[in-house]
Amino acid sequence: MSNDIFSTRVTIVNPQGLHMRPAYLLAETASKFDATIELVKDDIRVDGKSVLGIMTLGAAQGTDVVVEAQGGDAADAVAKLEALLQSGFPSAKEAAEPEEG
Amino acid sequence: MKFSDFVASDAIKSELGSTDKEGVIRELVSSLVEAGNLPKDEQENIVQAVLKREELGSTGIGRGIAVPHTKHPSVESPVGTVGVSHTGVDFASLDTEPVQLFFMLISPPDKLNEHLQALENISKQLQDETFCRFLKQAKSPADVKQVLEEADNNQFA
Repeated sequence: MSNDIFSTRVTIVNPQGLHMRPAYLLAETASKFDATIELVKDDIRVDGKSVLGIMTLGAAQGTDVVVEAQGGDAADAVAKLEALLQSGFPSAKEAAEPEEG
Repeated sequence: MKFSDFVASDAIKSELGSTDKEGVIRELVSSLVEAGNLPKDEQENIVQAVLKREELGSTGIGRGIAVPHTKHPSVESPVGTVGVSHTGVDFASLDTEPVQLFFMLISPPDKLNEHLQALENISKQLQDETFCRFLKQAKSPADVKQVLEEADNNQFA
């Protein structure tokens, strides 16, 4: 049971795509889990705990990314990462606002 | 997107003189201004924007690598350069290790996908240990340029 693979498909909603800060937040969140976590876009599969790996997806707004996890806390990991992706990384938006000025 | 599409080769620094985070950022921005890739009258403004981005979380991503960056309206397409510090600089990195390799990137605020593609290329190449080792061993801007050209020709990752 504990080795079941959990996965979900999420569409990137934030306008900037998975640039460095979202990649950082995803990897940071993924690293809290024991499960093996991978992100998949088209035929590219990367370690969900690696900032560099996630950035190599070059995932722009509107593209689909599959979150896949295997191991003890995999179900929880997929739920948390899905929520983070769907949130559009609001802290990054807030932070970008002062720069616009 | 290849390195040759956004790296200003005249602004490459193979021996950074700075020994702290702000110093490195100032040195790389200054190098891009001197090479004619960023406007002189926006120099301080760009430095401050890069420093502000660092406050959100260090762009030092571990393994001796940092990617200080910002979006700035003074550029029309992504502009970058590479700096090497042989002694290493404390950049408040994820793994707390000193940083030897710096990829600076300044992108236009309205071309989000180009910024993403430049980051994608930098990340892809930086995952290759040999690419990183060759850059860290570079003795001159020409050495750095050669390693970037080899990367563009898919000789690494």
